[in-house]
Amino acid sequence: MSARQSTPRAVAAHAILIAYTLIALFPVFVILINSFKSRAAIFSQPLSLPNSTTFSLLGYETVWAQGNFILYFQNSVIVTVASLFCVLLFGAMAAFALSEYRFRGNSLVVLYLALGIMIPIRLGTVAILQLIVASGLVNTLAALILVYTAQGLPLSVFILSEFMRQVSGDLKNAGRIDGLSEYRIFFRLVLPIVRPAMATVAVFTLIPIWNDLWFPLILAPAENTKTLTLGSQVFIGQFLTNWNAVLASLSLAILPALILYLIFSRQLIRGITSGAVK
Amino acid sequence: MGALTLSGIHKSFGAVHILKGIDLDVADGEFVIIVGPSGCGKSTLLRVIAGLEDATSGAVKIDGADVGHTPPAERGIAMVFQSYALYPHLNVRDNMALGLKHAKFPKEEIAKRVAQATKMLSLGSYLERRPAELSGGQRQRVAVGRAVVRKPKLFLFDEPLSNLDSILRVNTRLELARLHRELKATMIYVTHDQTEAMTLADRIVILRDGVVEQIGTPMELYNAPANVFVAGFIGSPQMNFIDAAALGRHDAVTIGVRPEHIRLDPAAGDAAGAVTHIEHLGADTNVYLDCGKAGLLTIRLFGHHDFDIGAKLFARFEQDKLFRFDGDQRAIGKGA
Repeated sequence: MSARQSTPRAVAAHAILIAYTLIALFPVFVILINSFKSRAAIFSQPLSLPNSTTFSLLGYETVWAQGNFILYFQNSVIVTVASLFCVLLFGAMAAFALSEYRFRGNSLVVLYLALGIMIPIRLGTVAILQLIVASGLVNTLAALILVYTAQGLPLSVFILSEFMRQVSGDLKNAGRIDGLSEYRIFFRLVLPIVRPAMATVAVFTLIPIWNDLWFPLILAPAENTKTLTLGSQVFIGQFLTNWNAVLASLSLAILPALILYLIFSRQLIRGITSGAVK
Repeated sequence: MGALTLSGIHKSFGAVHILKGIDLDVADGEFVIIVGPSGCGKSTLLRVIAGLEDATSGAVKIDGADVGHTPPAERGIAMVFQSYALYPHLNVRDNMALGLKHAKFPKEEIAKRVAQATKMLSLGSYLERRPAELSGGQRQRVAVGRAVVRKPKLFLFDEPLSNLDSILRVNTRLELARLHRELKATMIYVTHDQTEAMTLADRIVILRDGVVEQIGTPMELYNAPANVFVAGFIGSPQMNFIDAAALGRHDAVTIGVRPEHIRLDPAAGDAAGAVTHIEHLGADTNVYLDCGKAGLLTIRLFGHHDFDIGAKLFARFEQDKLFRFDGDQRAIGKGA
């Protein structure tokens, strides 16, 4: 079939994708425009752009003045980046072991990890809380990092081991004959090749951790360990919600996630594997 | 420096028995080619020699020392892989130098060896390039270079030519033969291509289903195959196997005759048949003759010959070049 004949199909496909993109981006757009409006304007004209009469930075000022915003922000970044690092490092190492070495119980371990994907970690909240209390980690960022690492590992091991199975065995063997240690084979030969898969895992891991409210609320609700999502909740009251501040803090919270996503998606596209074998 | 002895090598993966007792002696400086159909265990055998797989039982000795528990890097071997397996993130020079760097060779020695290998394989203009920027033939030369700089006791080749196109394959074959002459190193080479085996090897090992069928020089295998499998594997086109009864003979179960040892005769011969197909290869002509009960015979004639399809002809065998096989497919003896 020529490209010309498929034009209507391409148009249809693009129309569907553009419509979906608009639907997905619309709430984000509404949050952004309303964060720059006065309180009255948010309720009277929620869908209109801010103009000279409705424009207000009140929300951002409140966030800056009231909440410990910089600290929350810092906490979120620390927790997310540290968890991501652990998930990627340990996930990749486990995936390498499971895909590369034959040992008794290999497939049992894979199955066990697959169960971790299917059962949501929040079902174990009570046990996790007991564990964290017993180890004296309540109200520490370490508690969150440990829990998020556990939450992210199953999917990471699962995806990465699939990709690592596809890495040429000859390449690893060539490394062994050249005297590289298994660690060097893993870090220098295998990891660069599965980098696109690592980026995929990073994106899938990053978003739920950044957005999570559940575990920060339960494990680390103290003022100095609050994450951004939890910190934003101070503006949501039972009777009165400071919408300017909520929208402003949410708008700010989008930024780092967006930046990290852009970094990883660049990795997704870039690939240095071509020419490694064949 | 570089003799290899394998004794009683067995290898199983779970319940699958891949190698079933391989014994082999390779002398220093010998070029031995292990050849066999896909899945016969030849690559596994190479990996056992390299130390990338542990033998289930049996001993691997290099220069008389048992290397069963020696890691691959310390066995004094170098291996060239079918997929080249170059390090994608390193340029050609570093690809060759990496192993030496890890073995903590002095810088000058590394530079000297890389320069030697570069000259030997004419890689001079590619040293700064990455594998992705090289053609298949160039990558293969880099892979060979990476083996050469190690100055190994033993070179191991795992189907090194099978990813190259046919012209490049012939050229690289010549290069390897030259390399073997210049380095005088021991080489073990695995392939499924009997032409490579015949042209390069000092000795050929024929492997089938994890068992050595025969070991010998190329001409020994061609002139005195031990059984039907070896006879069929060596030589192209394949040897014709004819039911002895169809020829009215009782001194064997199967008669084997190579296509090049049959003449066509319009008047009389050993088997009568009709021409079904002719292949003109330029220097040779392959004629397919349907001989009824004796089966379809391939006849290789030198030069250019033309026959009508369906023409009735007689195949005349060169009597002293016939092979006789018994009921167990073993060779009984040659000639009439």
